[in-house]
Amino acid sequence: MLSKAWDGSVNYCQMMDEQGNIDPLIFPKDLDDKKIIEMYRWMTLTRAADAKALSLQRQGRLQTYGPSMGQEATQIGTAMAMRKDDIFVPNFRQHGVFIARGLPLDVFYLYWKGYEEGCIIPKEVGGMPYIVPVATQIPHAMGIAFAQKYLKKDAAVVGFVGDGGTSEGDFYEGINFAGVWKLPLVIIIENNQWAISVPRARQTAAKTLAQKAVAAGLPGVQVDGNDVVAVYKAVTDAINNAKGGATVIECVTYRMSMHTTADDPTKYRSDADVAMWQKKDPVARVKTYLTKKGVWDDKKEQQLANDNKEEVDAAVDKAEKFKPDPKSMFTNIYSFMPDVLKAEMDAAVEADFWQEE
Amino acid sequence: MVGALNNALDLMLKENDKLVVFGEDVGKDGGVFRVTDGLQAKYGDGRVFDSPLAESGIAGAAIGMAIGGMHPVAEMQFAGFMFLGFSQMVNHAARYRTRTRGNVTLPLMIRTPVSGGVKTLEHHSESPEIYWSHMGGIVVIEPSNPYDAKGLMIKALRMTDPVVFLEPTKLYRLFKQNIPDEAYEVPVGKAAVMQEGTQLTIVTYGTMAPLVKDVVAKKKTDAEIIDLRTINPIDEATIIASAKKTGRVLIVHEASMSFGVGAEVAARVAEKAIFELDAPIMRVAGPSLPYPFPAYEKYWVPNATRISQAIDKILQE
Repeated sequence: MLSKAWDGSVNYCQMMDEQGNIDPLIFPKDLDDKKIIEMYRWMTLTRAADAKALSLQRQGRLQTYGPSMGQEATQIGTAMAMRKDDIFVPNFRQHGVFIARGLPLDVFYLYWKGYEEGCIIPKEVGGMPYIVPVATQIPHAMGIAFAQKYLKKDAAVVGFVGDGGTSEGDFYEGINFAGVWKLPLVIIIENNQWAISVPRARQTAAKTLAQKAVAAGLPGVQVDGNDVVAVYKAVTDAINNAKGGATVIECVTYRMSMHTTADDPTKYRSDADVAMWQKKDPVARVKTYLTKKGVWDDKKEQQLANDNKEEVDAAVDKAEKFKPDPKSMFTNIYSFMPDVLKAEMDAAVEADFWQEE
Repeated sequence: MVGALNNALDLMLKENDKLVVFGEDVGKDGGVFRVTDGLQAKYGDGRVFDSPLAESGIAGAAIGMAIGGMHPVAEMQFAGFMFLGFSQMVNHAARYRTRTRGNVTLPLMIRTPVSGGVKTLEHHSESPEIYWSHMGGIVVIEPSNPYDAKGLMIKALRMTDPVVFLEPTKLYRLFKQNIPDEAYEVPVGKAAVMQEGTQLTIVTYGTMAPLVKDVVAKKKTDAEIIDLRTINPIDEATIIASAKKTGRVLIVHEASMSFGVGAEVAARVAEKAIFELDAPIMRVAGPSLPYPFPAYEKYWVPNATRISQAIDKILQE
């Protein structure tokens, strides 16, 4: 006897197409022009902050940096869908989420200038610091979601992972625990098509990354990750349903820049591929929509660009004035100061090992 | 020791309603060694519960729960399996406090049975203490008797640090000891002088501590025996004071010799007390090779004869 052991499918959703056209019938009712303009503002600020970071790195004023260009819709759409008390758990590229959730920009630059102080996230931002080892943040997101449920809080937790990250065991372990324990978790797979030089097709033979949710007993959906409205809608729905359990959302986007400043993507991908995705640019799409609607013009665009530049420059100035204290490396290891560690710290002070070059 | 640990967890579950106990088979089954026996029945499956079989997920969940304001106590079923959670522990448990300059702390405990001598299958008898100690940021505790086990666990669960709590399998039911019913603390980061002596200092911990005590008693050696109890951070002061007093230092542990705790202790004694020594520092430890299958373990684990011979040798120097 043969019967269907599982019967399901993965839907794909787009709400605003590449030319900025929408279907008013399915367009989220709560997204008025004001809110879309706010999204646009965060997307452009993210792109400006990102471009500045890249430029600073090239001047030797920043450490290795991972640009976010091209992924603004996924990040801003998610951040805007989150409620005040929701918590996000990023990997190392969700600059837009930090920015739209109100991280002071100088803290963003502090991180990429190589200071741990860039991981001091103000409570109201509701986010964890950047996590570098791929997908290891997914079990954390799951555990934080557990704590929300255990402590009877209303918050949902939003965890980010890349396309490459879905190949990691921690990704599966995280979503699998979330399924068993019915946790208020939303996993955003930021599928930017590239894990450094390895293309999406070489990560998995699965047709979508969203369908990996099925193995954990969770709903999985795929959205146009360059469509801020589709991302917003999918994340809003997932958060609204979070008390009933976790959701996995694959956002199909594209890493328009390099993996990090240490990477040269011309070695492994074609200009034609990049050009094709440039036509789907998530920021330009929103601008086209707003312009066609008659609520945006060149003057407003210029004003926004000026505001963004001012904000970015002020943040860079502030970050560059930061003075590190090497003792802070030693004083934040344990809840107490072990004699043996204090001896190492005192020896360094005594020998004056910490002079600035 | 099983009873002492169970009692400590019981008391801490009662004291701290944000504390949960979870892991593979810890719920109804009470853990494969029964350390969590009866706790689910007493506190419910919201506080004591099974997890899916995935050590990295368990460690990562504990980290997330701690970030979220809880105090998780996660069990790794055997030391050899806890390496699947190694990345979470070294990359995150050890680093979160410093990464955020103290803004995020991780009050959590990972407990696991360690070391051999009970003829288990491969991967059930490892002594992993140095892996957790080397990078800094994780408090590593290994008691050698029921009294310390209870007091150290209670103290550790009142701290805000990530703790790896290593429970020597062989000592789970090796001997009985009367211990107080109430909650009490044994200091973390402080070695115990198990017995005072003048002829030599023996630094040990875990499975080897009771064995060393027996050997010394049988030989009637006037040895000072130090049980480290906390592997990291190491209690250098107690070791150095004793080394200066006796002038002879023997280190005995079950874990492999090379790059082990003995090397750390020896280096510190050499740095701080070498001119007060009357003999070269000596080590008795497991061989520098992976822990063998059960039928071979009697050739691997340091025994009374080896310890006795080492004592004779260091006293002749």
